[in-house]
Amino acid sequence: MSHAVETKPTAIESPVASRNVIVALNVLGLIVLLAAPFFAYPLFLAKVLCFCLFACAFNLLLGSVGLLSLGHAAFFGSAAYVTGHALKEWGLPFELAALLGTASATLLGFLFGYVSIRRTGLYFAMITLALGQMIYFLAFQLPFTHAEDGLTAVPRGKLLGLIDLNNNFALYYTAAFIFLAGYLLIYRITNSTFGQILKAIRENEPRMVSLGYQVERYKLLAFVLSATLAGLAGATKTMVVQLASPVDVHWATSGDVVLMAILGGAGTLFGPVVGATLVEMLQFYLADSGLPIQMVIGAIFVFCILVFRQGVVGEINRLMGRG
Amino acid sequence: MSSQVIFGQLVVGLINGSFYALLSLGFAIIVGLLGIINVAQGTFYMLGAFGSWMLLNYLGIGYWPALILSPLGAAIIGMALEKTLISRVYHLDHIYGLLLTYGLMMFIMGAFIWIYATAGRPYPVPEELRGGFNLGFMFLPKYRAWVVLMALIFCFGTWYAIEKTSIGRTLRAATENPKLTRAFGINVPALLTFGFGVGVALAGFAGVMAAPIYSVSPLMGGDLVIVIFAVVVVGGMGSILGAIVTAFSLGLLEGLAKVVYPQGSNMVIFVIMLIVLLVKPAGLFGHQR
Repeated sequence: MSHAVETKPTAIESPVASRNVIVALNVLGLIVLLAAPFFAYPLFLAKVLCFCLFACAFNLLLGSVGLLSLGHAAFFGSAAYVTGHALKEWGLPFELAALLGTASATLLGFLFGYVSIRRTGLYFAMITLALGQMIYFLAFQLPFTHAEDGLTAVPRGKLLGLIDLNNNFALYYTAAFIFLAGYLLIYRITNSTFGQILKAIRENEPRMVSLGYQVERYKLLAFVLSATLAGLAGATKTMVVQLASPVDVHWATSGDVVLMAILGGAGTLFGPVVGATLVEMLQFYLADSGLPIQMVIGAIFVFCILVFRQGVVGEINRLMGRG
Repeated sequence: MSSQVIFGQLVVGLINGSFYALLSLGFAIIVGLLGIINVAQGTFYMLGAFGSWMLLNYLGIGYWPALILSPLGAAIIGMALEKTLISRVYHLDHIYGLLLTYGLMMFIMGAFIWIYATAGRPYPVPEELRGGFNLGFMFLPKYRAWVVLMALIFCFGTWYAIEKTSIGRTLRAATENPKLTRAFGINVPALLTFGFGVGVALAGFAGVMAAPIYSVSPLMGGDLVIVIFAVVVVGGMGSILGAIVTAFSLGLLEGLAKVVYPQGSNMVIFVIMLIVLLVKPAGLFGHQR
């Protein structure tokens, strides 16, 4: 099995000296996360965090197992729809609606994973893309999705029945909490025995099979976890932007998340966060400039693949001489 | 339900199948030869259609010259991209080829949307092919019959060229063992560029054929490539005949679904893909590898 992503050793293998740097960076990151809404528009930041989590969830599959999924918008989007429906039509509180949305992504992830995990590499990418397109068509057909319009003006509701999420700061810190919880979970997964097994499968699948590991089960679990977290990101996004639309399940969204992971550095844990932030900021600023977003995204894509395959964080790691 | 409706939808299915077949065939050639999943295949289809629209509206050149010039233009653009960009990722994992062509697709599509917006532009049916035949049980427009006929000729012609002629043998040798083929004095990189050009030209040709049926728009190829993926997964990667047969059958089934269960018609191809994956993961004509 060939390397799907050019990877770097993870934090646990780094020498003690640079561990201090990592601790310092983590503290700095936490401070930025907590202080950000005082310097920029909280609503926009909360949306960025949703995509950060989405990119990290996607990268759990690409970075760890080396499987490129081109259908992750299906999990993000279906959770967005279910959460939106639960909030708007059933009037559920946010935490329950998000739970339902995430659960639907888990279920869908299991179904997709069960079918697609049998094949690897290019086949896997093509199958996930085709499956994702099915969900896109469903989003137009189902009675509760409202075709092109999607679910609009979704109420945010109250968190735990107490905190009004229409307050920008409450909204931001809820999104930040969800992002942080998701990120830490991914960190934990990547650095667990399970994560090491996934890496071993990526490096040499036949060997893992010969060692007696039931490779497909590990891959399926990784796929379901990745789908679940992508769903959590989608559920939160619906609450933040009060909208679930066919764009959420479109293949272009799946493509965007691939770009986020690769631009930031698919071989790293923090890379997708950087990538997602860059892509979201780019889309935000390009929206006013009259330049076509799609064209710019395409150009960055080509650039990354040709000369910048390590991504931002990957390149920084390389310059710092780690790995 | 009248037979008129059923045969009408079957012809629509056959037309769609023709486009699926031309595109999947080009796709299969490129993936077989270069190991590149060309996500931009639908973009070259769009370029072919737009090429004929531009030739007509800017230069007054009609359908028949466009049928040759437009695919040729698409092939030249494709070969230039292959030479300058795509050939740089051959030594990397195949995933990078897929992502690179995805980026190219976004770029080209974005550029066309920027210049021409997303609205469809009509393209007239050539005079010689207007009207149709009354077959008794249904009315068959001449142009539709022409599309199906041409698709069949081109598909089986290409299949024949690859499987039975010496240029096809050389191409297959370059796929099987590029080093040995080079040792025989054959210029493999040029052969790869040529192969990419052929695959792309087939997509461009499909685009010209499609222009009078569907309106010409920058969005026209975007979703099509996903259907092609499904066709190739069902047919089995690496089987050219499999891609052709599967494309026509899936087109027909999609047409039938429009009669029986219209709401689900655009999903039928993907449902079939799911079933095939569960029953025969290597595809109907493929072999596990």
